[in-house]
Amino acid sequence: MATSALSIEHIDAFYGDSHVLGDVSFELGEARMLGLLGRNGAGKSTCMHVAMGLLPPRRGAVRVFGTNVAGMSPEMIAARGVALVPQGRRIFKSLTVRENLVVAARKPDAGSKHAPWTADTVFAMFPRLQERRSQIAAHLSGGEQQMLAIGRALMGNPRVLLMDEPSEGLAPQIVAEVMATIRKLKESGLSIVLVEQNPKLVFDVADDIVILNTGRVAVVSTPSELSKDGVDLRQHLGVF
Amino acid sequence: MSFWLVLTVNSVTFGGLLFLLSAGFSLIFGLMRIPNLTHGSLFMLGAYVGATFVVGLLGFQLNFWLAAVIATLTVAAAGALAERLLLRQLPGDQLAQVLVTLGLSFMAADFCLMVWGGDPLSVETPGGLGGFARFGVAVFPIYRLAIIAIAVVVALGLWLLLDRTRLGAMIRAGVDDPDMARVVGIRVSQLFTIVFALGAGLAAFAGIIGGPILSVYPGLDQDMLPLALVVVILGGSGSLLGSFVGSIIVGFIYNFGQALLPELAYFVLFMPMLLVLLLRPQGLFGRHVP
Repeated sequence: MATSALSIEHIDAFYGDSHVLGDVSFELGEARMLGLLGRNGAGKSTCMHVAMGLLPPRRGAVRVFGTNVAGMSPEMIAARGVALVPQGRRIFKSLTVRENLVVAARKPDAGSKHAPWTADTVFAMFPRLQERRSQIAAHLSGGEQQMLAIGRALMGNPRVLLMDEPSEGLAPQIVAEVMATIRKLKESGLSIVLVEQNPKLVFDVADDIVILNTGRVAVVSTPSELSKDGVDLRQHLGVF
Repeated sequence: MSFWLVLTVNSVTFGGLLFLLSAGFSLIFGLMRIPNLTHGSLFMLGAYVGATFVVGLLGFQLNFWLAAVIATLTVAAAGALAERLLLRQLPGDQLAQVLVTLGLSFMAADFCLMVWGGDPLSVETPGGLGGFARFGVAVFPIYRLAIIAIAVVVALGLWLLLDRTRLGAMIRAGVDDPDMARVVGIRVSQLFTIVFALGAGLAAFAGIIGGPILSVYPGLDQDMLPLALVVVILGGSGSLLGSFVGSIIVGFIYNFGQALLPELAYFVLFMPMLLVLLLRPQGLFGRHVP
C-alpha cells in the first residue's frame, strides 16, 4: 500500500488531566480528502492541534508521508509540508493582508508537481484579497479573513492541508465560495483533512469520513456508505 | 523663558535615551511576554563597558563612538547568551523567567560593583559635540541635541526594520499570535534570540551615550528600570510608536517633575501609569493581549 499523506496512529492526548483523545487512529490518503466530523467537543480540533504539533500527544504517532512527527514543534511540522487553517481563522490582525501571506512563505519541496504558491497566485485565486492587500487584516470581513487564512496556509506550499471548520460563522453564499475553493484545492492534488460540524458540506467533497465521538473514533466510512438508508448518524452527530 | 526651553530640551533628550532603552524592553515584553527585569542592568553594563574604553581603564583609550559600538555588541551578545542558556530552558513559564531576569539583574549589579568599584565614573562628552548651540536667547548643550538626533535616527531604523522587512513582519506576527506564527513555520524561538539581543544592544547603547549626561554609577540599573516599565505601560507593550510617545511623555514628566515638584517626583511619574493601568490597561498604543 502506498504511504499515506497523514496517518494518525493510536493517539492519546490530554488537556491537563482531562483525556480528550483516546486511541484515535485514521489515515488520509495522498491526494484525498478526509472529512472529520463530530459534535462540539468531540475532539476534532484537538486532533488537528496534535497533528500540527500544538499539543504533543501523550501516546501514539503522527506520520507525515511516513515520518513520525509526534512531539515535534509546529514550525518543524510546518517545514515538513503540513499547514493548518485554524478554527476561528486566527489571521495576524495587525499585519496587512500581504504581510499575512509573506510571513508564511515556504519554498515547495523539491520535485513538487505543482506550481508553487506565492502571494500573486493566492491573489489570483482570491481577487478580493488583492484589492485589500495593503489593508490591516483586522479590517477584513469574516469571509475575507477566511480566504486569507486559507491563502496563508497555501503559502507554505503544503502537501497536507488541515482545515478546521472553515465554514464556521460565514454567510451561506460565502460558505459556497469557500467550499468551491476547497474542491479546487483537492482537484489540484493536495491531501486535505476537512473538519466540520455540518456533514452535508463534507459529504459532497470528501472521499473518506471519520466521525469522532467523545474523543474516540466512532465511524470510519465513506460518504456513499453513510448516505445509504438505515445508517443512523444522529447518535454521533446530533440532529441535522 | 530660557529655563523652560532648556527644561524642554532636557526632557526630550531624556525621552530619547528612554526610547532607546524601552524600545527593546517593549518588544521583548510584546513578543516573549517577559517583563525583562535585567533591562536596567543591560543599560548599566553598556555604560560601564563603554566607559572602560572611553576613560581608558585598561590602559588605552578609544574613540567614544567605537567604545559605544563595542559596548553595544558585547551586551547584545550577553543578552543573546542569557536568552539561549537560561530563558530558553523555561519555555512558557513566565514566573520562572521573570525571577531569572530578576536574579540576573542582582548578579549583574554585584558584578559591576566588583569590577568597576563603587565610585561613579564620569564619561566625557565625545569630541566635537561639547559646547553649546545658541538659538536667539536660548543656549543648548550640543551633545543633548545630538542624543535627540540619534534617538530619532534609531527610531526610524527600527520602524523600517519592523514595518518594512519580512523579519519585522515575522516579529509582529509573533507578537500577534505566537502559536499561529509557529504554525505557519516562523521559528519564533529564533526571533526571541534576535529580539533579545537587539533589545540588549539598544539598552547598552543608551547606557553609554547617556554616560556623559547621567554618568555611570552603581544603582544606575535600578534608576532606569522603573522608567522603562512606566514607558511601556504608558505606551503599550510591543508597540514601537507607543515606546516613542511614552518615552517623550515620561521624559517630560520626569524632568519637569524633578524641577518643579522635586519632593513629589516619583508620585508625578507613577500617577499617570496608575491612571493608564486603570483606564486603558493595554496602554495608549497597545492592543489588548488576551
